[in-house]
Amino acid sequence: MRAQTIYIPKDAAAVSVGADDVAAAIATEAERRRLSVEIVRTGSRGLLWLEPLVEVSLPEGRVAYGPVSVADVPSLFDTGFLSAANHRLALGFTEEIPYLKNQERLTFARCGVIDPLSVDDYLAHGGMAGVKRARDMTPAEICAEVRESGLRGRGGAGFPTGIKWQTVLDADADQKFICCNADEGDSGTFADRMIMEGDPFALIEGMTIAAFAVGATQGYIYVRSEYPHAIATLREAIAIAERKGWLGDGLHGTDREFHLDVRVGAGAYICGEETSMLESLEGRRGQVRSKPPLPALEGLFGQPTVVNNVLSLTTVPVILAKGADFYRDLGVGRSRGTQPFQLAGNVKRGGLVEKAFGVTLHDLLYEFGGGTATGRPIRAVQTGGPLGAYVPPSLFDTPEDYEAFAAQDALVGHGGIVVFDDSVDMAKQARFALEFCALESCGKCTPCRIGSQRGVEVMDRIIAGDRRNENLALLNDLCELLTDGSLCAMGGLTPLPVQSALKHFPEDFGLARPTEKIAS
Amino acid sequence: MSGRAMWSEERASSLISNHQDQRGALLPMLHALQEEFGCIEDAAIRLLAKTLNLSRAEVHGVVSFYHDFRRTRAGRHVIKICRAEACQAMGAESLIEHAQRHLSTDLGTTTTDDAFTLEAVYCLGNCALSPAIMIDAQLHGRVDAARFNALVGVYGKDQ
Repeated sequence: MRAQTIYIPKDAAAVSVGADDVAAAIATEAERRRLSVEIVRTGSRGLLWLEPLVEVSLPEGRVAYGPVSVADVPSLFDTGFLSAANHRLALGFTEEIPYLKNQERLTFARCGVIDPLSVDDYLAHGGMAGVKRARDMTPAEICAEVRESGLRGRGGAGFPTGIKWQTVLDADADQKFICCNADEGDSGTFADRMIMEGDPFALIEGMTIAAFAVGATQGYIYVRSEYPHAIATLREAIAIAERKGWLGDGLHGTDREFHLDVRVGAGAYICGEETSMLESLEGRRGQVRSKPPLPALEGLFGQPTVVNNVLSLTTVPVILAKGADFYRDLGVGRSRGTQPFQLAGNVKRGGLVEKAFGVTLHDLLYEFGGGTATGRPIRAVQTGGPLGAYVPPSLFDTPEDYEAFAAQDALVGHGGIVVFDDSVDMAKQARFALEFCALESCGKCTPCRIGSQRGVEVMDRIIAGDRRNENLALLNDLCELLTDGSLCAMGGLTPLPVQSALKHFPEDFGLARPTEKIAS
Repeated sequence: MSGRAMWSEERASSLISNHQDQRGALLPMLHALQEEFGCIEDAAIRLLAKTLNLSRAEVHGVVSFYHDFRRTRAGRHVIKICRAEACQAMGAESLIEHAQRHLSTDLGTTTTDDAFTLEAVYCLGNCALSPAIMIDAQLHGRVDAARFNALVGVYGKDQ
């Protein structure tokens, strides 16, 4: 009898709620019952509230059960889950679960589906189609393809990727580098981690295409130390890719070379900023560099360097495989293609939602997210990480679009959405934003290093009700200084959460709401 | 669990030499040393400075910049509790209070029996399953007070 395939994630989030134990329990139970099963450990589908999600392969497709605990395993076997049981945890066909069915998965198409380190799985699911096309194109053609796709950096700043590549291509140098910024430190984001663990060859393929596009011979993936699972998976994937001739000298049957290494960060949020990351890669304190020169011209070790985020690079293969038009036809305005959004915090159905730009916050929060985990009303969401604005329900109809968000003084950023219910104290959140800046500032420029510390003190006085109006004026003054005077986004954007909290939730700062003023 | 070997100049030199050919090798070297010896001691700083032709102040500056590097050893297990916004939204602050009470120790310090060092961390990438903690390299999601106590009980048994 042929062994039946059972898929169980080994993604860190799934493991954090017991996926390893469930996999072991299923293996033991199958053996006890003399059933022939093969357990494949995948990445996560991103339906994180259902983790550990167990899938069984049937001729008609995969059926899902979740969230499965060790205690559920005997009853799953009793009800015959290997042939689609009517178990209380049964979710039907995985692909038909609305949360997944209603997404537009390009970057994450394979994540949760394949064994992340299986070369055969990767190839069978469209892997390496992009690099094979790129191999036969000129560097300028690859840059043009990426530019025409409309891909903008998914790390947060949204700079057009193709233009960045073209700048590196046009630079004259003996050596060029590709640096993948995998220091995803924003609270509420986990897309990089998920894809590095669930589809690492996609990142390798994307970086290889970038190397072909600009003529780089060496790449680095700078991963934050908080992601040990991702680091281990990437290192294994790179070793496999080297053996397959997908990296190294003469890769993919060409006469070119591209070497790839993983470098581990050391717990500094600021190293997510591109120039800080370069300093860190060079073995120094991760302090920002002033720009110009742009890293594209003088980056790592002074050489022209492509610095891209994990999601930008893992999206490149599908663009090359399916063509620029395919990607550009999705999205709205100047925000083209899809963005992996991450629903986090106090949300009923937290997870990863890849949708074309233009989806509203409302749909993400309610259609996908199902409201809060606590069942109380949503009071605020923070989008774009700890330097992003707090958005009130009155703005939930804003479409996810870089420009539409900017018009509301908010950030799409890395696609993180952190949900808070009505028990949140927005003055405390504003204080936290400044405290975080004080803790994580690289210290190079004074507004950020000292302004953040003064900001915490001013917030403490406001919260204590000490000369509130004077201190609020001082807070606004400080925010203006941080915005205008900081070297990088750390100090420059910290005022965003502070001022958005103050603007939309003035009552938490001891002020009357503007509408209430009119009413009285 | 981070390493607990006694300092050995010979061993340290051999770990450093594994990274000698890398460009910008200081961070990989520091990680390797801390993994082996549990912290970056003065002797390690002297050795790195000599090897990389840097001043001791420069090496010290790098060690002190990054949150990961320690100058003194941690307890046998390091518990990192995420205190970033997504975890805050699900009660991370009260979990931290509970952890401090349960272990009778403050954030940034080690329990008197040397079993646990408790630290705050800002995002473990488990934001949809918050609050999250990491014990050594193992991530745990949806941690409430009862689950915290159970996990501490399991790890506390290792000596």
